[in-house]
Amino acid sequence: MKKVVFSIILSSIGILILIHIAYDPPLPNLGELKLKQEYAIKPTPSVDHTLFEELQKDFNSPQEVTEACIECHNQRHKEVIASSHWNWERISYVEDRGIASMGKSNVLNNYCIGASSNEQSCAACHIGFGMTNDRFDFDNARNVDCMVCHDNSEEYHKGSSMAGYPDRSVNLARVAQSVGRPQRMNCGACHFYSGGGNNVKHGDLEEALLSTTREVDVHMAANGMNMTCVDCHSAENHNMKGKLYSVSSSDENRLTCDHCHTSTPHMDRNLDLHTARVACQTCHIPTYAKENPTKMEWRWSDAGRLVEGKPIHETDTSGVETYLSIKGSFRWEKDVAPEYYWFNGHATHYVLGDQVDSIPIQVNQLLGSADDNRSKIYPVKVHRGDQIYDPETNLLIQPKLWAAEEGDSAYWKDFDWKLAAEAGMKRVGLPYSGKHEFVNTEMYWPVNHMVAPKEDALSCEECHRRDDSRLAGLNDFYMPGRDSHAGLDFIGKLLIIAAMAGVILHGLGRIVAAIKNKEIESEEINTNYNQ
Amino acid sequence: MQKVYIYKKFERFWHWTQAALIFFLAITGFEVHGSFSFLGYEQAVESHRVAAWMLLILIAFSIFWHFTTGEWRQYIPTFSKLQAQLRYYTLGIFKGEPHPTRKSVHKKLNPLQALTYLGFKLVMAPLLVITGIVYMFYRTIDANNMVIVSDIPLEVVAFLHTLGAYLIIMFAIVHIYMTTTGHTPTSNIRAMLTGYEDLEDDSEQELKDENKKDE
Repeated sequence: MKKVVFSIILSSIGILILIHIAYDPPLPNLGELKLKQEYAIKPTPSVDHTLFEELQKDFNSPQEVTEACIECHNQRHKEVIASSHWNWERISYVEDRGIASMGKSNVLNNYCIGASSNEQSCAACHIGFGMTNDRFDFDNARNVDCMVCHDNSEEYHKGSSMAGYPDRSVNLARVAQSVGRPQRMNCGACHFYSGGGNNVKHGDLEEALLSTTREVDVHMAANGMNMTCVDCHSAENHNMKGKLYSVSSSDENRLTCDHCHTSTPHMDRNLDLHTARVACQTCHIPTYAKENPTKMEWRWSDAGRLVEGKPIHETDTSGVETYLSIKGSFRWEKDVAPEYYWFNGHATHYVLGDQVDSIPIQVNQLLGSADDNRSKIYPVKVHRGDQIYDPETNLLIQPKLWAAEEGDSAYWKDFDWKLAAEAGMKRVGLPYSGKHEFVNTEMYWPVNHMVAPKEDALSCEECHRRDDSRLAGLNDFYMPGRDSHAGLDFIGKLLIIAAMAGVILHGLGRIVAAIKNKEIESEEINTNYNQ
Repeated sequence: MQKVYIYKKFERFWHWTQAALIFFLAITGFEVHGSFSFLGYEQAVESHRVAAWMLLILIAFSIFWHFTTGEWRQYIPTFSKLQAQLRYYTLGIFKGEPHPTRKSVHKKLNPLQALTYLGFKLVMAPLLVITGIVYMFYRTIDANNMVIVSDIPLEVVAFLHTLGAYLIIMFAIVHIYMTTTGHTPTSNIRAMLTGYEDLEDDSEQELKDENKKDE
C-alpha cells in the first residue's frame, strides 16, 4: 500500500514537472493592454482654426502666416528658436573633444556631404524661411515656419531650392486654417526623403509608414495602433524627444522604448534580464527597409561621367537609381539585417577641420563597449561610401554642390571637383591644397523604427549559436551558445572518448578472460575426470 | 550468499532522480553550450534552469539524509585495501579472482568507490553547483538595479561549469560500466533498483537482524 501511494505521488510530481516545462501559460500582458487602451483614443483638437478671423485672409507671404500665429501663440516662437529643429548647432560635452558646438553647420555625412555652401537647396528641410547662405538670421521670429510641421491640409510643401520658402502654388490661407497636431507627412516630408529620395538615409523611416501593416511597423500600422510620429516623439515646449546620431552627440533627451514599455516588458524573467544590455530594437527589429530599399553605399568617386557633355542617370530593374553623374554610383538594399554595435547614447563626429586619423573615416561613431555598463547592443544601419578628401591638408572636403546657374563653381552644374572643393572650403574657412582624392567613409545610423510584431522578433538562436550568429561581430564579451573555449571542448571530448575506449577495452578484456578461464576450468575438470 | 536489504528507499529515490536530472541537465546544458540543437535554445535554457533547481532541492534533502542517518561515514576513505582494489580492477578481474573487499550494509563502498564518490561529492558536484549558481545569477547592472555578480568574467564561470560537465559525463560512463563488475553483470544495478542484493557475509545472522529492524 505504502509503495502504491509513494509511486502515485512520485508520478504526479513528474507529470507536473513535465507540464511546467512544456506548457507556456498565456497570461495577459496587462502593461501592454493598458498602453493599447491609452493610445487607441486619438487626440481631438480643442479649437477649429477655420473659425479664426485672423486666418481668413489672403496671405502675401509665409511670414505673414507666422505673424498671425504669433498673435495668439505669443511665446511659442521662442520655444521653436531654442529647439533642435531650428538651430543647426548645439552645444554639448563630447568625449575627447570637450565642450563643442556641433550640428548640421559643421559635421559631415557621407550622402550629400554637408549643408555649408548649399543652403539654398538644403534649406528645403529647415523650419525657416529665406536661408540662402550662412548669414541666415536665426533670431528673427518671422522666419519661423509654423506650417511645415502643423499643416493638416497636406497642401503645404517647400519649394525646390527655394531657401526654405513654400512652393508658389501653396494656398497659404487654406494651410493656415488647417493647422493642428503634426501628422506623419509633416515629419515625413523631411525625415522620409532626406538624402535626396525616399528612404535614402534612415532605412527605417520612409513613405511606406504613411499607411502600413503590422508586419512592417506595429506602432504605425493602419491595421494596428495607427500611431503618429508625435505620439512617441512628444514635444513639450517644442523640444522634441528623441535623438538622431548623425548630428547628436550626447545622451540626453533621448526617446527609448522603455518610456512606455518599461524595462521589464516581457512576461518572462530571462527576457527581461536582457534589457540591461540589449536594446529592445535589437530583437524587435529583425530587418529594416522592409518595403522600399535604402541606400547602403554611395561612391562619389564615380561621379562626373557625362554622355555627350550631359549628366545621366541610370536605374536598375526595380526602378532605383544606381548611377547619377552628379552624385556617383549607389548600392541599395531591401529588407536588410542590421549590423550590431555597443552604444551608450554618446557619439562622436568628424567635424569640419578635423585631421583624418584612420581610414575608413567614421563620419560619426557610436560609443560604447561590453565593459561599459551604460552600453547596450543596438541594431545599426552602416552606410559606406567614398567622398572627396584633400591628401595634402589631410582634411575631408566640403564641396560646393548646388548653384542656380553654371559657372558658379557648383559640382552639380560644372562637374569640376577642383572648383567645387575650392569654393566649398573657402566658405567654411578651411585651407584647400588644390589636390583631391576619394577616401572611404562610414556612417552609423541606429535603427529604431519598423518594430515587428512580437511573433517576428528574433529568436534566441539568432544570436545564441555557434555559426552565423547575428552578434558574430561583437567579440568583446562571452555569450553562451555562441562562444566556447576551443581547448576545453577538445579536451572534454578527448576525456569522453578516453572513458568510452577504456570501459570498452576493459569489458572486452573481461569477456576474453572469462572465456579463457572457463576453458582452463573445463580442461582442469577434464583432466580430473581423466585421472 | 544472503539476500540483503542494502539500499534504502530514499537512497534509491535519490540516486535515480539525481541520475535522471544529471542526464537531463547534460543534454540541455550542452545545447545551451551550443554543441547541438535539440529542444531549441529558449526551451533548453528554461528546462536547464528548472532541472537545476530540482537538483539543488534534491541535494539539500540528500545532505540531510546522509547526516541524519550517519550514512556519510560510508564515504570516509580507507587506504588499507585501496591498492588491492586497484590491482583487482586492473588484473584480478581478468583472472577470475574474488573481490578483495566485502560489501555489507555498513560498508557498501569499496575503498576505491569511497574515494571516487567522495571526490564526486567534494569536488565535482560543488564545482558544478557553485559555478551553476553563479551562472544562473550572473547579472550586469541594469535599470532595475539587479544584483551584480559580474566581477568574475562570465567566460571563467562558463569554462569551469563546462569543465565540470565534461568530468561528470566521464564519471557517468565509467560509473555505469563499473556496475557490471558485481557478482553478475546486473547484480549491482538490480540492487540499486530493488534495494536487495545477494551478499556473502560470515556474520549472516547479524545481517538478518538488521534487515528486520529496517523493515
